[in-house]
Amino acid sequence: MNRHLISAADLSLDDAVAILDTAEELAHLAERPIPKLPTLRGRTVVNLFYEDSTRTRISFEAAAKRLSADVINFSAKGSSVAKGESLKDTALTLQAMGADAVVVRHSASGAPHRLARWVSGSVINAGDGTHEHPTQALLDAFTMRRRLGGPDGLRVTIVGDILHSRVARSNVWLLRTLGAEVTLVAPPTLLPVAVDGWPCSVSYDFDSVLPASDVVMMLRVQHERMSDAFFPSVREYSRRYGLDGDRMALLPDHAIVMHPGPMNRGVEIAAEVADSPRSTIVEQVTNGVSVRMAVLYLLLSGSREHDGLGEHGVAEKDAEKHAAGNREADKPEAGKRGAGKRRAGERELVAAGGNPSRPRTGARTRGPA
Amino acid sequence: MAEITSPAGPRPEPVGSAKSERGGKSVLGPDEIRRALTRIGHEILERTDGAEDVVLLGIPTRGVPLARRLAARLAETEGIRVPVGSLDITLYRDDLRLRPARALGHTEVPGSGIDGMVVVLVDDVLFSGRTVRAALDALNDIGRPRAVQLAVLVDRGHRELPVRPDYVGKNIPTAKREVVRVALSETDGEDSVTLQLAPEAAR
Repeated sequence: MNRHLISAADLSLDDAVAILDTAEELAHLAERPIPKLPTLRGRTVVNLFYEDSTRTRISFEAAAKRLSADVINFSAKGSSVAKGESLKDTALTLQAMGADAVVVRHSASGAPHRLARWVSGSVINAGDGTHEHPTQALLDAFTMRRRLGGPDGLRVTIVGDILHSRVARSNVWLLRTLGAEVTLVAPPTLLPVAVDGWPCSVSYDFDSVLPASDVVMMLRVQHERMSDAFFPSVREYSRRYGLDGDRMALLPDHAIVMHPGPMNRGVEIAAEVADSPRSTIVEQVTNGVSVRMAVLYLLLSGSREHDGLGEHGVAEKDAEKHAAGNREADKPEAGKRGAGKRRAGERELVAAGGNPSRPRTGARTRGPA
Repeated sequence: MAEITSPAGPRPEPVGSAKSERGGKSVLGPDEIRRALTRIGHEILERTDGAEDVVLLGIPTRGVPLARRLAARLAETEGIRVPVGSLDITLYRDDLRLRPARALGHTEVPGSGIDGMVVVLVDDVLFSGRTVRAALDALNDIGRPRAVQLAVLVDRGHRELPVRPDYVGKNIPTAKREVVRVALSETDGEDSVTLQLAPEAAR
């Protein structure tokens, strides 16, 4: 595992499974009389939130506190950001305070990637623009594993505003790594242009996909990121792409319904579906704490000399991955809308994550390319 | 194989043990391990009034099969069913920052819980005592046992903390640079305890 968690696409199968296994053990902790561990005593975790969040921020805070880390919450409102301070200057302030981990949410895609060059601690992406939200994908995979096993071999259908969804993007990459089959369902206007380069299939007909789904993940329509009209009316969207009781009846008996929240009841998901026993929405929140504890433990507990999970040959392995990332970017499909380029960039950052000479920031940008 | 190398890290993961060649001085064979466990079983019976209220908690990896064997021995000889569980101490270690992040072992406390019980911690090798300290911290968060005792297959000395075992399979005097390897059929396919030079000392 690398020093940062910026993109679900960077996680190898071993890393992802290690996180889920660790989360499984940590999940039992909540049942104990004292659900607290001394593991990260003396470490500081900063929650740096430039965008509103309920679940994710509280979840990270609870996770860090259960591991005995000190938590500093920062929200852009009421801070010097309102006075015009840049991300870099905020980062340097955090650096000066000695943050061991920075959990960052930002409206700009790629902000955590930039931040990782400015701070010496681990950067954990808690959602950046329309790019990625890796811990959400991990907790979704964890929820699937606890309910249905796998996720190897599961058929997962993700429905809704794929274009603006960092959750969908992270899930597609992580579930591919874990061996699940992903189908995206959305109106054509709400699919990214480069979606044919993603490791998943695409459908426009929700009803035909439902009988062959083990998991249906509903996404919120993100009006706040929309400047255009992407569909004629909310009512029409809801009729074609919303999950109501009749549609839920088309699912196999074992299938579960997921939603990363926040939900818009009556738009993408009917109240009767959200409150049915098939819905894992509340479970997802509980599992989120376990998964985030696992991520914090794996990123922060180890020594600074050999960061992360892999003891042997981390640097070489990452260098290979880096080279592979560049090759991918050279392919014509990956160039679309800069998505491939950005992914390659992420890998470049990560490739240097295993470099033991961290204090020299220059070393981190150096790679085999 | 359990590899006991440095005082700071009394229980490293058994990574890389495959490539280190078998051998070294054999200290205990399968029969001796069996006899040692039988004796520990009897001692537990004597010291705890017939193993009343006893819970056996094995410390992963090799403490867990040892705890199960002890419980089986007690069931065989006295017909007493003693609850068995496992207690992972990874999250309570004092050397987490000295090594890469470790995978967690499994903790499973028997349904009876440990409140008011006599907990017997079971491990393969007692060395610095740091594992036991971590285990005591972990127990603290799970409940409040009436008493905690310690059973080990091998005591190799070189304590760094005031820890004393209640039941010992075999005392083996060692040099600090030596490694005690415990193999159990459940985890390694055979029962043996061997003594060899630490890889770094042999190099």
